[in-house]
Amino acid sequence: MVDKKTVKYVANLARIGISDEEVEYLIPQLSRIISYIDKLKELDVSDVEPTRGATREENVLREDRVAGSSYRDKILNNSPLREDGYFKIPRVIE
Amino acid sequence: MRDDFSSFTGYDIARAIKNGDCSSEEICSFYLSRIKNIDSVLHSFVEVYHEPVGENGESSLSGVPIAIKDNICIEGRKITCASKILSSHISVYDATVIRKLKSAGLKIIGTTNMDEFAFGSSTENSCYGPTHNPWNTDCVPGGSSGGSAAAVAARLVPFALGSDTGGSIRQPASFCGVVGFKPTYGRVSRFGLVAFGSSLDQIGPITTNFVDCAHLLNIICGIDPYDSTSSRRPVPDFTRSLVPEIRGLKIGLPREYFGEGLDREVEGVLKEALMVFEKMGAEVYDVSLPHTEYAVAAYYIIAPSEASSNLQRFDGIKYGLRVASDDLLSLYKKTRDEGFGRESKRRIFLGTYSLSSGYYDAYYLRALKVRTLIKKDFDEVFKKVDVLFTPTSPVAAFKIGERIEDPLSMYLSDVYTISANLAGVCAVSFPCGFTKNGLPVGGQLIGRPFGEEDIIRAGFSFQTETDHHKRMPPLSLVTEEQKDKSWL
Repeated sequence: MVDKKTVKYVANLARIGISDEEVEYLIPQLSRIISYIDKLKELDVSDVEPTRGATREENVLREDRVAGSSYRDKILNNSPLREDGYFKIPRVIE
Repeated sequence: MRDDFSSFTGYDIARAIKNGDCSSEEICSFYLSRIKNIDSVLHSFVEVYHEPVGENGESSLSGVPIAIKDNICIEGRKITCASKILSSHISVYDATVIRKLKSAGLKIIGTTNMDEFAFGSSTENSCYGPTHNPWNTDCVPGGSSGGSAAAVAARLVPFALGSDTGGSIRQPASFCGVVGFKPTYGRVSRFGLVAFGSSLDQIGPITTNFVDCAHLLNIICGIDPYDSTSSRRPVPDFTRSLVPEIRGLKIGLPREYFGEGLDREVEGVLKEALMVFEKMGAEVYDVSLPHTEYAVAAYYIIAPSEASSNLQRFDGIKYGLRVASDDLLSLYKKTRDEGFGRESKRRIFLGTYSLSSGYYDAYYLRALKVRTLIKKDFDEVFKKVDVLFTPTSPVAAFKIGERIEDPLSMYLSDVYTISANLAGVCAVSFPCGFTKNGLPVGGQLIGRPFGEEDIIRAGFSFQTETDHHKRMPPLSLVTEEQKDKSWL
């Protein structure tokens, strides 16, 4: 069920690099957890609506009004690499 | 003028300041000195603010120092979530709860250790190493708010804030012999709390007693335009529940919480605690929460799924750590591989798997439906009783290293706290006694949604008849030698 291929696939989706050793280490742990989680299959939920959150509030809106923000420099200062008011990243377009 | 405030409650200290018996500066110095002398053994703090952060606000707790779990934003200060991936990040704004504490005149004296991104039940998953339980330093303080709980238990600070997603305030409070309160979902703004499970997270107080708890809740609760999940429900004055009167209070004991898996010694302590409630005139009823056995499974799909989404933002571009690479994909993968610890990766993988195409219906959607069933169990039970009394944890504090290699066993120990987050109800853990080895045992009161007043009243009443909450861990000032090994 949870094999090497699955773990590598999930790691790629999650954008987390993973070595072969780590894959081997994770397989039994994730297998055990997912087997346990399969317990939920015992229940008949065919007539049950999902509950996505505990909040009872819905569609909380505010006025579409611009409120000034002076955060730009502070935000940029936390970035490892920045230039001219932009985040700097490796080239994405050839 | 007193020299030793460690047996004072936060509220006592506030009154002493108002009466002119001492100043806020003297109080902060007292606690900073205790931190300096004792915390090298406990490692409960990530950063200590030798110049406390605060403003001159007025409230029933003004001038009193407080510690903050290191996943809540304090403007201009480091926030790490105990993770390498954030270790150089400076908060750009104050969390709403921080603004409220500042307006109320409290003084923040530092940030506390935690499991990385709140993933864990032991505070062993911190990139800074574990926090030690002040009652037995070979033991964990619980998690993920272990630093806050340990600091309050050791009287390094009168109270602290933690966050609770599956029990992360209540379980460490139980392990450390203090009061840990999770408000109803929506009572306290999550703006400025680094999100783990957005439908589950709540910030709450960790204190030595219910008086401080009620005062702090008054300060931090309330609707917030910056958090659209915060509730419109008016916030009562919780201090009006500080009355030792529980005659006729209906207490339910859910049978699923007192069965197999509960340590016999812990059960014994809780049975004695129950007698205190009965003596004070509460009525005890046997009740059932039939879907309890599915709660851990539902949670460990929902919470990691939400976490996997919330942690996508840590990509090496906007925050802290970046591992330089030639292409963007490698940058993401290498940064996240190096920056996240083992438990964080496990949770992100579980969540990603549960949400992935082909598995979404079988896992995530199914778990949300089971969540409805769990919530309905609570709705039903609160038609019959006012509060529930349960264990907080199946065991008292375990040894550091004992469970860390077996994640499933760690997850299963969350069984009694997890349902309250899934259902969104309020719950509190409070000291009920000790094991024969001197480790604290916490009991839990669970209330209906927005039913904080009942559980505060029940807990306060309990504390007028008992003194477990006044016992302090047998800590003494550490030796000069130990002080040199300070890791801060």
